[in-house]
Amino acid sequence: MFDFYFNLPLIVRLIVQAGAVILVLFPIAAACSMAERKISAWIQGRPGPNRTLAPLAGFLAPLGLVGRIPFIGPFLQQMGIFQLAADGGKFTFKEDPVPGHVNKFYFVLAPIIAMIPALTTVVVVPLGAYFAVVDGVSVLKPIVLADVDIGLLAVFAISSLGVYSVILAGWASNSKYAFLGGVRASAQLISYELSMTLSVLPVFLWINAPGGHGTLSLFDAVQLQSGTGFHWDSLWFIFYFPVSAFIFLVALFAETNRAPFDMPESESELVAGFHTEYGAFKWSLFFLAEYSHMIIGSAVAILLFFGGWNPLPWIPLTTLAQWIHVADKPLLMGLVGIAIFMGKVFFSIFFFMWVRWTLPRFRYDQVMHLGWKKLLPLSIANLIFYTLGIALLQK
Amino acid sequence: MSSDFFFYLFAVFTLAAAGAVVGLKNTVASAFALLLCLVGVSALFVLLDAFLLAALLVFVYAGAVVALFLFIIMLLDAQGGDRKPFKKTAYVSGGIAFALLLVGVLSFWKSGAQTTGELGAIVPVGATLKNYGEQLFTTYLLPVQIVGFLLLIAMLGVIVLSKKFEGLEDIK
Repeated sequence: MFDFYFNLPLIVRLIVQAGAVILVLFPIAAACSMAERKISAWIQGRPGPNRTLAPLAGFLAPLGLVGRIPFIGPFLQQMGIFQLAADGGKFTFKEDPVPGHVNKFYFVLAPIIAMIPALTTVVVVPLGAYFAVVDGVSVLKPIVLADVDIGLLAVFAISSLGVYSVILAGWASNSKYAFLGGVRASAQLISYELSMTLSVLPVFLWINAPGGHGTLSLFDAVQLQSGTGFHWDSLWFIFYFPVSAFIFLVALFAETNRAPFDMPESESELVAGFHTEYGAFKWSLFFLAEYSHMIIGSAVAILLFFGGWNPLPWIPLTTLAQWIHVADKPLLMGLVGIAIFMGKVFFSIFFFMWVRWTLPRFRYDQVMHLGWKKLLPLSIANLIFYTLGIALLQK
Repeated sequence: MSSDFFFYLFAVFTLAAAGAVVGLKNTVASAFALLLCLVGVSALFVLLDAFLLAALLVFVYAGAVVALFLFIIMLLDAQGGDRKPFKKTAYVSGGIAFALLLVGVLSFWKSGAQTTGELGAIVPVGATLKNYGEQLFTTYLLPVQIVGFLLLIAMLGVIVLSKKFEGLEDIK
């Protein structure tokens, strides 16, 4: 059935695969903005978007019931599903002014640069696993665009480039609020990158036990969390490295500019921070990039600490696949894995929004104090503790 | 075939970005050109299968060092709009340096010291992550320690230089 696809040249197949992943990631990032409106409304005890009709249905509404989707239409309307289309249409078609005082070339470049790291990191993030038969032996393979040895390092490297769009936007806007937002962003992202990197080192010290093949691959991290049987060394890493997971999540909030760390755009001080001068489609690109960063960051956190595509501790995907008889069907098993993984990612994004609408924003000096004087010493102490512990354990 | 194409693409890209770092009038634009140049170099590393080096280059230099450059440029508000044009001596010394570099590369090429056979015989130390780590902590442990010590001294120096000592008059 898929023979024609595998007969295509490699480069065409890679482009098709990458395009498919982006085509899925992009609408999810857009849907997150709608989810944020609904969840913020729910947390604040108000309805949120609940009036928007299906696209173009407004023109048909005067004709009676023609414009309405039967039965489920009012329900979907209440859910605010169509708000997504309305927002998308608005951002695409409204006037896109470029203020006279900005540096035009860099002003337009900044939102484009925002999308590049956000969409590039997904290349090394595995999304699921399936059994493939290699030389007569069936082995578990990751569903990933590029299965490289340095997966985690590549994620960190590329996502660290995300800061430039914010700096560039702040600088090119040529206004003091945007500029302050850009400067804050660069200081904040560099500060929390340190703690983030140090927090995952114990995990990879554990993975790279002596005699192993030495890897930073995210797939191998999940493989070590896929043990069966109620044995202590096959648990998810959150149970071994709770402090690492905590530091990683806090740093992730800071790295993705989410509240309570949304210093670069804190409305009460800086109007809207780095995107003060932006509007319409360019503004929405910044937000798509922010949600893409959240999705990728959540995905990495889940792969490292929350068992990746394994449904429960001690019940890995392979066991589940045998229970529901899909272990010999790579396509179905892959889909089950991706569904479990994406379910966890969606919950993580819900958690992001939950925190945003629950906690008040830090002051800027508190952000710096937390990053340098609390989180960094904690992550160094955590690293030393686990280094000694792992050394003693493996002796 | 295709890797040749990508080599030329990224080589031209890197050189153009490097030229822009020197040539651009605006300091911030120069810093961004430096960023592009580093990304181009790391792409060349990827073509050589040195993935670790490529990722580290992007992570450390493109991700952190250039961001710090920009941070400082913005803090000092060094827009660089009224930079003086290059002096004649700068052009001459630049030309001489370029000529020397060209002679060096040409002499390697002419003598044919690095043939593919010998290159193939060299063990690629940094090819895999494990190999790289082992070499770093066995053969090259002393250089690593020395570099780490130098960085520590530099860090302490920065702290001492930038700290505002309260009540300094009393000491004097």
